[in-house]
Amino acid sequence: MTDFKVNKTIEQINKKIASGDAVVVTAEEIIDIAGKLGVVEAAKKVDVVTTGTFAPMCSSGAFINIGQSRPSVRTTKTWLNNVQAYSGIAAVDCYIGATQTCDDDPLNKRHPGEFNYGGGHVIQDLVAGKQIHVRAESYGTDCYPNRKIEKMVTLKELPNAMMVNPRNCYQNYNCAINKSDKIIYTYMGTLKPGMRNANYCSAGELSPLLNDPYLKTIGVGTRIFLGGAQGYVTWTGTQHKKDVERGLNGVPLTPSGTLSVIGDLKQMSPEWLVGQSIRGYGVSLSVGLGIPIPILNEEILKYTSVSDDQLFTQIIDYGYDYPEGNSKSYGQVSYAELKSGFIMLKGKKIQTVPLSSMVKARKIADILKKSIQQSKFFIGQPQQTFY
Amino acid sequence: MYSKILILNFPAEITQKALVCQLTKKFDLLFNILRANISNKKEGYMVIEISSASKAAFNKGVTFLKDQGVTVSSPEHQIFKNEEICTHCGACTAICPTEALYIKRPEMEVIFDKDKCTVCELCIVTCPTRAMGLFTSDSQKVI
Repeated sequence: MTDFKVNKTIEQINKKIASGDAVVVTAEEIIDIAGKLGVVEAAKKVDVVTTGTFAPMCSSGAFINIGQSRPSVRTTKTWLNNVQAYSGIAAVDCYIGATQTCDDDPLNKRHPGEFNYGGGHVIQDLVAGKQIHVRAESYGTDCYPNRKIEKMVTLKELPNAMMVNPRNCYQNYNCAINKSDKIIYTYMGTLKPGMRNANYCSAGELSPLLNDPYLKTIGVGTRIFLGGAQGYVTWTGTQHKKDVERGLNGVPLTPSGTLSVIGDLKQMSPEWLVGQSIRGYGVSLSVGLGIPIPILNEEILKYTSVSDDQLFTQIIDYGYDYPEGNSKSYGQVSYAELKSGFIMLKGKKIQTVPLSSMVKARKIADILKKSIQQSKFFIGQPQQTFY
Repeated sequence: MYSKILILNFPAEITQKALVCQLTKKFDLLFNILRANISNKKEGYMVIEISSASKAAFNKGVTFLKDQGVTVSSPEHQIFKNEEICTHCGACTAICPTEALYIKRPEMEVIFDKDKCTVCELCIVTCPTRAMGLFTSDSQKVI
C-alpha cells in the first residue's frame, strides 16, 4: 500500500475515459485548480493532465520503404527530392533524417546559408500528400540485379513509412546568449553580439517532461500525440540524463530527460511536422508532441501543477563557451521571466526570444484533452519506466 | 508629425537627376534613406522614410516625385506574413530591428505590425518556416 491519499490506476482512468466520465484538463489549467482545491482534492477530481510542445527537434526522421521495382533492387544510396536517405539497411528501406541537407545546397559557403530544403521538408511534403521524387542506386547482385531506379511517389503509395525519432521532447533546455562581438547563427537562432538577445526553447509549464520530472508515469509504451497522430514512447532518447541538479520541486535545472518515440507517418499531418530552415545552421523539423499524464496520486498532480515561475533554466554563452564545449552558467532564469519578454543579466536588460511555439503547444494540449474526453485517446500502460 | 516609409523606383533615365534632395529644399520635408540601390543610367530603388509637419506637405512632395517619373509605392504591403505558414515560434523577433515583428502576451502570438516595417528583409531569411515574403501590394505576386 502507498502513503498517498489518492490512488488511481491507469486501468481505472481508462475505464472512465471509455465511459466519457474522465476529468481532463491541460497543464496550464491545472495550476489554478490545484491552487484552489489543494493537491489532494485536485487529484481526486482530475484524472488526466495534458501537455504539449512544438519546436525544432533535430533527432527526428522516418523509416521509409520505397517499394520494390522490376527488376528487383537492393538500394545502397537513396535520395528523396535530392535529399539523401540512409540506405544501409534491407533492400528498399531507408531512413530520412530531419537535418540532412539537399545534395546541391550551398550550405555555409556563403555564410550564413539559407538552407531552404532538407530532410525535415521532405517529411513535411510527404505528410502533406505531395509527390516526392525517389532516386536510388545499387551495385547489383544476383538476387537484386537492378542498379538504378527513379520514380515519383506520394506517402499513400509507399508501402510503409514510420516516424522514428531517437531524441525528442527535451526536458528543459539552455537559454542562449552571445557574449562575443559578432553576430552568430546557431541552432538556437540568430544571436546578436554583446548579449542583445536571449533565445530559449521550451513550452515551460506546458512542456511534457517538466510536468512529470522523474518520468513516473511515462515509459515504454506510453501513448502520445506525435505529429498529429497517436504515437508511442519507445525508450529514453539519446543524451537522456536523470541524475541532474534539480529544484526543490524535483524539476531539472538543466537539459536532462529525453524520449525516443515512434508513430505511423501515414496518419500524421503537415500542421504538426514542419520543415525548418535555420539560417546559418541547417535544416530541421519542428515536431508537435504531447503527452497525457494520468493523475495516479496527489504526488503526480503536484508535479503537473508547476508554473513558469517555478521552472528554471541556465543562461549559456554560445559565442565563446558552447562551441568550446563549456557549459558555464551565467545565471538561472525562470520561464516566467523568459516569457515576459526580457530578462536582467548583470544589470543589463536583454530581450528574450522563444523558439518553441506556445500557440501550437496549447493547441496540442487542447486536442489531447478533447480526444480523451471524447474517448478517442486512452492512456498507454508503460511496460517499463526509467526512473 | 506625419511620417511614412515609401519605396521609390527610379527608371534608368532619371537616376542621374537630383530629386530626393528637393523634398527638403522645395517642400520642407525630412527624409531618412533606409535602403537604396541607385547607379547611373540603371533602374534603381530607394526605401525612404519621409517626415513632415502636415499630410498636405507630404502629399505635395510625393506628387512632385511622381511627376518626375518616380514610381512611388508603399512598403506596408511589401513584406507579408503568411498566417497559414507562421507557427508563432518567435525566431523572427530576434532580428527585426524595429519591433514590427513582436510577441503579443500572454497569448505568445507573433504579430506583424506593417506600419513599423522598414523592409530590411531580415525576417525573410530568418523565419524557419519561410512565412515571411516580399510581395507587391496589388496581386501579392513575388517581386
